[in-house]
Amino acid sequence: MPGIEDLYREIILDHYRTPRNRGELPPPAVYSEGNNPLCGDDIRIYLDVADGVVRDVKFSGQGCSISQSSTSMMTVAIKGKTVAEVQAFVRRFKHMMTLADNDEPVDEAINLGDIEALQGVVKFPVRIKCATLGWNTLLEALAEAIK
Amino acid sequence: MVGANTAFDAAVIRRDFPVLAQQIDGKPLVYLDSANTSQKPNIVIDTMAKFMRESYAPINRSAYTLAANATELYESARNSVAKFINANNSREIVFTKNATEALNLIAFSWGRANLQRGDVVLLTHMEHHANIVPWQMLQQERGIELRWVPLTSDFQLDLSSLPTLLIGAKVFSFTSMSNVLGTINPVEKLCSAAHTAGAIAIVDACQSVPHSPTDVQAWGADFAMFSSHKMCGPSGLGVLWGREALLEAMPPFLGGGNMISEVRLDGFKCAELPAKFEAGTPAIAEVVGLGAALEFLNGVGMANIRQHEIAMSSYVLEMLTGRFGDDITIHGPRNPELRGATFSFAFRGIHPHDLSQVLDQSNVCVRAGHHCAKPLMKIIGANATARASFYLYNTTADADALADALDSASDIF
Repeated sequence: MPGIEDLYREIILDHYRTPRNRGELPPPAVYSEGNNPLCGDDIRIYLDVADGVVRDVKFSGQGCSISQSSTSMMTVAIKGKTVAEVQAFVRRFKHMMTLADNDEPVDEAINLGDIEALQGVVKFPVRIKCATLGWNTLLEALAEAIK
Repeated sequence: MVGANTAFDAAVIRRDFPVLAQQIDGKPLVYLDSANTSQKPNIVIDTMAKFMRESYAPINRSAYTLAANATELYESARNSVAKFINANNSREIVFTKNATEALNLIAFSWGRANLQRGDVVLLTHMEHHANIVPWQMLQQERGIELRWVPLTSDFQLDLSSLPTLLIGAKVFSFTSMSNVLGTINPVEKLCSAAHTAGAIAIVDACQSVPHSPTDVQAWGADFAMFSSHKMCGPSGLGVLWGREALLEAMPPFLGGGNMISEVRLDGFKCAELPAKFEAGTPAIAEVVGLGAALEFLNGVGMANIRQHEIAMSSYVLEMLTGRFGDDITIHGPRNPELRGATFSFAFRGIHPHDLSQVLDQSNVCVRAGHHCAKPLMKIIGANATARASFYLYNTTADADALADALDSASDIF
């Protein structure tokens, strides 16, 4: 059995205890809602995209330490990035989570920074869905924003 | 440990369950997820293996001895089920894929034949999705009205509004025991109230049949269903019981082989009960396995199992609140006589999914999530809970292991 310390790294617990960018954004920011039917978690991602750049991002909802910290770290990382950069970033993350879509190229050079700490989740396959919940919801919000 | 009249000993009983004998990383397995699905005793595993090695054959359709013997074993299990719940006869016992399918069968076979736009189906706030969604599907199809019996603050059904809610109702479908709260409902009283109002009574008995003596005739119910896998039997098999006259009057549910007596190009005639509701090749070895599970449970004694679980409930409630005080919130009745040994809880603000992950490090298996009862979760104000459920093979040592593991969860969060 893999050690629990691989899962609950300090940076993850830090973002869980003190989530960044928690809250909501008023329209014209868009939002998308994601659910994890396994654990009943739900997450909302609010996204303010202007001129092809993510100006602001916030999230709300309830979830376990993995989904909350993953989403918190994600919001820190994507703020200020262009839509294309965010999409590439998400692909890089999903690749780390072993969920890459083979048809889409992954830029291995992209540095995930603190988010690398979530690599340990791969050893607990049941929890991969927790780690990716916010990211999949982000993709939906992004699609909505550039529609 | 308990046992009013026999030497019931969970520590001895658990030796019959090979899964529970294993050690993982040098520690014993603490299985507290039997409300989800139960472990299997040797007699079930061995009976199924023997059946598949020596006696496996199609049932009901071949003349050779092997098939005739397989049919006899299959039907003998049906007789055991009928006796186990005190059905009037074995024609009232229908084998389904699971209890969920049994509820769908009632909603769509009985429901389509008997419910029109505006007809009322009464459910409760403590139902499993399996006793909600089929009715909602029928609501979309037929425009029936769904009503709900609410809960009291001590996690019982609030029966004060029952007569009003039942006015004009054609169906009252409810659980005999909540899979989240552990609450045991007064089934006889609810059936009687349904009949007084002119409604039929459907009992989702999944959580009570494995844990206490069942007498569907004493209940006065019209239909009841439960699953094999929660009562030491194999998965892939559910049981529907219905009063013969009702089953007789119902149209078939699934069409195909075995459920017909005649098929022509211009139509078909249904087979007699219970084949009428058993289309296609059934779960033959599983039914034989369920027969063995019933033999096992009868050997232990259902009344003894109930007594053991009352004692376990007393111990668990006292021990957890004694050790953790206000740090643990148990969503369910405090009186062991009014509940089964299924405990949904919140602990020190730790998300249930994180909690179950940490408990797993100590081989303590609990369920985390919404327990397929999302409306109820919303009502009790929880997105998710952790749930520890005990059965005949669980001992106070298992409960202590749960508490020790909870302590270690606090260290991380």
